[in-house]
Amino acid sequence: MKALPFKLIPTLEARIEPSLIMKISSPILAIFLTLIVGSILFSLLGKDPLHAMQVLLVAPLSDAYNINEMLVKMGPLLLCAVGLAICYRANLWNIGAEGQLLIGALGGSAVALQFVDSSAWFALPLTLIAGVLSGMLWAAIPTLLKLKFNSNLILTTIMFNYIALSLLNWGVHGPLKDPDGYGFPESAMFSEATTLPLLFSEGRAHLGVLFALVLALMTAFLLSKSHLGFQIKVFGSDEAAAKYAGFSSTKLTWIVMLFAGALAGLAGIAEVAGPIGQLVPGISPGYGYSAIIIAYLGRLNPIGTILATLFMAVLYMGGDLAQIELGIPTAVIGMFQGVLLFFLLACDFFINYRLNFNKSNAAYAQ
Amino acid sequence: MDIDFITQILFAAIKTGTPLLLIALGEVVCEKSGVLNLGQEGMMLMGAVVGFLAAYSTGSAGLGIFGAIFMGATMSLIFAFLVLHLNTNQVATGLALTIFGTGLSAFIGSGVVGETIQGFQPIIIPLLSDIPVIGKIFFTHDLLVYISILLAIAIAYVTNKTRIGLILKAVGENPNAANAIGINVLKVRYLAVLFGGAMAGLSGAYMSLVYTPMWIENMTSGRGWIALALVVFASWRVGNIVLGAYLFGLASIMHLVLQGMGWSISSNLLSMLPYVATVIVMVIIGADHFKEKLLAPRSLGKPFNPRQMA
Repeated sequence: MKALPFKLIPTLEARIEPSLIMKISSPILAIFLTLIVGSILFSLLGKDPLHAMQVLLVAPLSDAYNINEMLVKMGPLLLCAVGLAICYRANLWNIGAEGQLLIGALGGSAVALQFVDSSAWFALPLTLIAGVLSGMLWAAIPTLLKLKFNSNLILTTIMFNYIALSLLNWGVHGPLKDPDGYGFPESAMFSEATTLPLLFSEGRAHLGVLFALVLALMTAFLLSKSHLGFQIKVFGSDEAAAKYAGFSSTKLTWIVMLFAGALAGLAGIAEVAGPIGQLVPGISPGYGYSAIIIAYLGRLNPIGTILATLFMAVLYMGGDLAQIELGIPTAVIGMFQGVLLFFLLACDFFINYRLNFNKSNAAYAQ
Repeated sequence: MDIDFITQILFAAIKTGTPLLLIALGEVVCEKSGVLNLGQEGMMLMGAVVGFLAAYSTGSAGLGIFGAIFMGATMSLIFAFLVLHLNTNQVATGLALTIFGTGLSAFIGSGVVGETIQGFQPIIIPLLSDIPVIGKIFFTHDLLVYISILLAIAIAYVTNKTRIGLILKAVGENPNAANAIGINVLKVRYLAVLFGGAMAGLSGAYMSLVYTPMWIENMTSGRGWIALALVVFASWRVGNIVLGAYLFGLASIMHLVLQGMGWSISSNLLSMLPYVATVIVMVIIGADHFKEKLLAPRSLGKPFNPRQMA
């Protein structure tokens, strides 16, 4: 029997340089693998996998209504993800987008509800500013605790997510509850003056989605062209070098965290002043957590994040459609997101390593 | 406040603290080996849902417990493979595990939301339970509470007094040195992570089989995260973890205490108490940075890469 010219079981070897091709293709590969796992899961559940994938990925883009709804989901996801991407670039483990979003919605609503019977032109800007400031405040507390008391940012931001949820529930059950609402835990409907204008003649896509896109592009520009963007990059990859270069880590931490808080706060107020139209307990189906995955999927790059958000919004929309058409609980989307991040992390391994099938130069990398 | 009320509160504090104790005991072993697994919440939820499903379909709470332990360990195996073999970032991988577990548990549990089962009956220990006040607080619990205390004693003994504990410590403090004297670092870390997963599963089962007993989406409500703070708070010492778990248990039922004392604060506001307590604890720990650095396993969160050694 003649020996094969290549090895059946490849050996693993370190790459000399990280692979740029792998860095870009890893998210695509991860999405592909996730869809394979999804297909297997759907087959096990007795659904036709091709039909399920069609419902999940194609149907959300099939008509004007679905595209509108998909854009509505894109808004908050993109805003949160861009903020988180910048944080992760600077090595700041901010998991608090969900809480910042909820508090943004709460704080903005408190202002919007002062204008229920008003048509003042400044009502909407004030509402949005209140939402942004509330989100910033909610990011500022863990930042302060980190800088002053060196407390763990991951755990404090997570705890602030839970505290935010309690506060939101308190708001809709207490001071912000609609007095004429028959006891439902909801605020009054916002007036026209505090509602974001719609983008198209039909559907629910609103100005907030446009804000998200513009802000993502602006962030991309600032990151690549400004000195601040450069500082963040250096700070994230080598903190010692950043300090040596005289960059203030305190200042950068504040800027990055407040920026992320502002974006998440805007996401929150844009949800209640946009598609929802009032403050309710269920504002976010975990947008702030999904944004973590989006940020990674988009390679912590604002432009990549736009593409990743598009995929995730389609998936969210597809999850809604799958529940209606296939009777699959929407929770399946959360599971897909987890699998996706697993695959992404695993594929990223091959940025720094490669499989060697070649018999002759196995020792080359050593 | 009479003595009966205080007795009831302390009894409830132990009951509420037990899931935290179970999961923190698993996590402390995992962290002692140098691995930080932020997937606690996801593993706990999976344990809770699988434990409930197993108990619901077989009618046996005992099988539910085994199912939950198995599920928790399986979940941690995914984490272990990614972190130990592919050297992925431990923080990101742990987060992925939590997101995955949250989604998957909601998915597979969607059919049994609101169903109830026969949970564990309390076991009243004869003689000891007759001691006034203390007897009621400590010796009228269900089986898992006693098991959690026995486990705490066993883990304290093994980590402090045995060769296994020494190996665990060596791997967590200095994996390169441990490797040099012939300890299989990856194997030790695999086992530690698996143990953490099994305990997280058991803790989840406590929630869905004993504490409530039913399955609700996201029913662990952050206990996995609180346990992570608890381990740091306890300076990686088992005795402190037991105390801390019961203290957090007390914080979690504080709203009942305050309502019992006639305070009228919104229950929505009071429900944030355990989380606020955790933040305060994080501030206290962080402020004593020197101590934390001294006590934390040296290689915590850092990958060990045998490929670089070769």
